[in-house]
This record gives sequence, structure tokens and C-alpha cells, in this order.
Amino acid sequence: MEQLALFNAFPGWTVTTLTHHLRELLESDASLQDIWVQGEISNLARPASGHIYFTLKDSGASLRCVIWRSEATRLRLTLQDGLAVDVHGSVSLYEAGGQYQLYADTIRPLGEGVLYQEFLRLKASLEAEGLFDAARKRTIPQFPRRIGIVTSPSGAALRDILNTLRRRLPLAEVILAPTSVQGEEAPAGIISAIQALNRVSAPDVILLARGGGSIEDLWAFNNEKVVRAIIESDAPIISGVGHETDFTLADFAADLRAPTPTAAAELATQVDVFELKANLAEIGGVLSSKIGTLVQVQLQSVDWLDNRLKFTSPERRLQTERQRIDEMSRRWISAQVHGLEFAEEKFRGLENRLQALSPLAILRRGYAVITKNKKVVSRIKQIQIDDQLSVRIQDGEFNARVTGNNG
Amino acid sequence: MAKTDTKPIDKLTYEQAYAELEAVVSALETGEQSLDEALALFERGKGLTKHCAELLDKAELRIRSLSGETLEPFEEKE
Repeated sequence: MEQLALFNAFPGWTVTTLTHHLRELLESDASLQDIWVQGEISNLARPASGHIYFTLKDSGASLRCVIWRSEATRLRLTLQDGLAVDVHGSVSLYEAGGQYQLYADTIRPLGEGVLYQEFLRLKASLEAEGLFDAARKRTIPQFPRRIGIVTSPSGAALRDILNTLRRRLPLAEVILAPTSVQGEEAPAGIISAIQALNRVSAPDVILLARGGGSIEDLWAFNNEKVVRAIIESDAPIISGVGHETDFTLADFAADLRAPTPTAAAELATQVDVFELKANLAEIGGVLSSKIGTLVQVQLQSVDWLDNRLKFTSPERRLQTERQRIDEMSRRWISAQVHGLEFAEEKFRGLENRLQALSPLAILRRGYAVITKNKKVVSRIKQIQIDDQLSVRIQDGEFNARVTGNNG
Repeated sequence: MAKTDTKPIDKLTYEQAYAELEAVVSALETGEQSLDEALALFERGKGLTKHCAELLDKAELRIRSLSGETLEPFEEKE
């Protein structure tokens, strides 16, 4: 009989029948089938299917919402996390997920979300205080020796940062200040991590990082005390919180805002190991070219000195002297030759003149020389009739006798 | 540049070596040394360049974690 009980009808529900019943209950309430709900969008997801999923929430509760692709394409509003909206649709239950949700067909903006308004209010007040002024920003060192990291020790952000640093600047020393970055205790944890890093290890730069999440997940980074801790840090801080589109007050307060944790690590290592190597190669080149130039200059000046030395050497003076002597002897010889020629000319002139004066020359012209007793007869009174005279003409002599006197 | 600053090159950190390297280059750029001095500077510069390159090649990221006021080795979880 005990066994027969097994065949008794099961008096309870199956999950399916209960869920189905609840669904019918919800759908049978007409007031739930055409409703407006006010809340703030978070956990917005747009998978490839084209449907849109998000959570509508306020300070007390949250509601899963779906927009089918057919409706999604007709939306005029650009949905984003933190946006406060009025959503129209019907409530039903997704049986497979065991989740009741709002099937939305229309969304109207309510103005900025409450959290976002809070964010704007705080931002305006800190801005007015001058905390976000560009003049306050400290310079990020190009080549940090020691890099502090404030983040969760188990998050993807840390892994991304370490991988980036390892790749770009393995020379660096990393000090992690682990803290939770989400939840109620996060602000205090972040603040004490920043302070402890500065106090204990005096890093050259601090990376404040957290991976992506909803606006609520990132809320610790909009905390006023966190903002002030960033401003008061001795070391400059690079923030890398959430995704590229997420802006937190910590980003505004940081000395440099990076869109992601990886980007923060990149901005902290502006000069990476490849650049350092290229730089070294360049310096090596400069060194070689400097020393090359220097040696060249020295060689040239040695050449120059050598030339000057040759110029002033006795060897050269000897050469000069030798040349002078050559020159002079040439001139001397030439003078001698000229002198001889001149003398010869003079001599010939004299000879001619002498010849012209020679009595023989006169005789050749037909004159004769008459002598009497070896004495030249040049006057008539020197002779008498019958005197024996000797007559000399050009080619000989003959005797003659005076026969008469015309005088 | 102090000429007495001739710490053995392999004892220098990257920053020290690099800073000295820069000093060597700018000293050579003035060209005010004798040839001997210049050649010595050049040799030193070459040694520093090599040392820096080696440090870059064998560098491994050192990671420590703050625990209260003390630094401890940090083990990465994969």
C-alpha cells in the first residue's frame, strides 16, 4: 500500500505550471498591460539579436525590461545608463528565466537620471572650487621609475595594466595598493590606498583603475572624498575607469584621464622600451659621428701643421737659396755674354775707325806717300830739282826724280 | 661633466647610465676636449650605450603589493 501512494496524483505544482499560472495572473490584470513606469536605465545591453535589455531602477527596486528588435528600431531616444526615463509597455513573465519583466514599446526621457543629477551637482560644486582646473594638473613623468596602482587585486583592470607595463616598460617597479573598487567600502578603500602609496613608496605616478561596469558600479569614483584624495596625492594620478564613454569625477580630478585601464598604463609609459632602444641607437650614432668629426678635424689640423712645417723648414730655405743662386748665376752668365758681345761690337767699331784712319786705306783711294831720305814730303819747300824721292802707293814703292817746280 | 665620475658601468642603474650618456654626448658636442679626452669620452659613451641596451633587454617587471605599511611580493593569479 505504501507503494501505491506513489501513483497518487501529485498534489503540488510543477515549476512550469506555477510559472505559467503566475504569467496568466500578470497578463490577466489589465492595469499591468498598458502602463507607464518611471525609473533610471542601468545595465543596458544590446546583443547582436537587435533586442535591447536593461534594468529600470530607482532607490528602492529594480525591474528587468526588454525591447524587441521591431520596437527597438523605432526608438528615437538614444538609451544610455543613468538616463531617467518613462517607459511604456506591458508586464509579463519570461517563463524559461522565471523572471517577470516589462516588455517596453515606448520610452520617453524624464530628463537626466537622479544619479546623474547628483553627479552634475557635485561636479559643478567641485568645479567652482577650482579642483578640476587645468592649472592644478601635475605633469606626468615621461619615464617613471616606480608606478603605483590603485585597483582591485583580482580585477581584469590589474591584469591589463600589468600586461601593458610588462610589454612597454619592464624596467619599471610596480607597487600595487589593493582595494575594492565597488560597493560601500570602496571610497574609503581607494582613499587609503592612494594615501598609503604616497606615504610608503612615493611612486612617480599612480594609476587609479577599474574595469567597465554600470554607473552604480563606478559610483565610488564619483565620491567627493575620493576626488579630494586624488587632488591631495603627492604623485600625479592617471585615471582609467570603466570604458571610453564613462566619465567619473575621479577622471576630472586626475592629472590625466585615460579611457581604460590599459590606456592608463600606456599613458604612464609615454616612452616605452622600443623608443628607449631607438633612442640608444640614435645616441650611439651621435657618439660615433661626433668622434668621427673630431678625429677628422684633428687630422685636418695635423695636415695643416705639416704644411706649415714644410713651409718653414730649412729644407725649403735651402731650396729657395738654391733657386736664388741658380737665378743669379743665370743672370751673371747672361750679363757676361752680353758684355762680351758689347765689347766685341765696340772693338769692331774701333777697328773700322782705325782702318779708316790707316794710311793704307788712303793709298787705296789713289793717294801716294812721298818720302825723301825716309822723311815724308808734305811741303813744296822740302824738295829741290833732281831730288831722288820714294813714292809709295797702294801695292808698292817706286823711285822718282824731281824735274820741275810748279811753285 | 665630472671626470672623476667613473663608477664601473655595470654598477649603474639604467637612469644613471642614461643620464651619464647624455652628459657624455653633450660634452662631446662642445668639442672642447683634447683628442685623448674625446676618445676616452667616446669609449665611455659606447660602454654606457651597451649597458643601457642590456638592461632594457633583460628587464623584468618587479611587482610588490602594499599590505598596511609594508611591501610584499605580489603573486599574479592567472
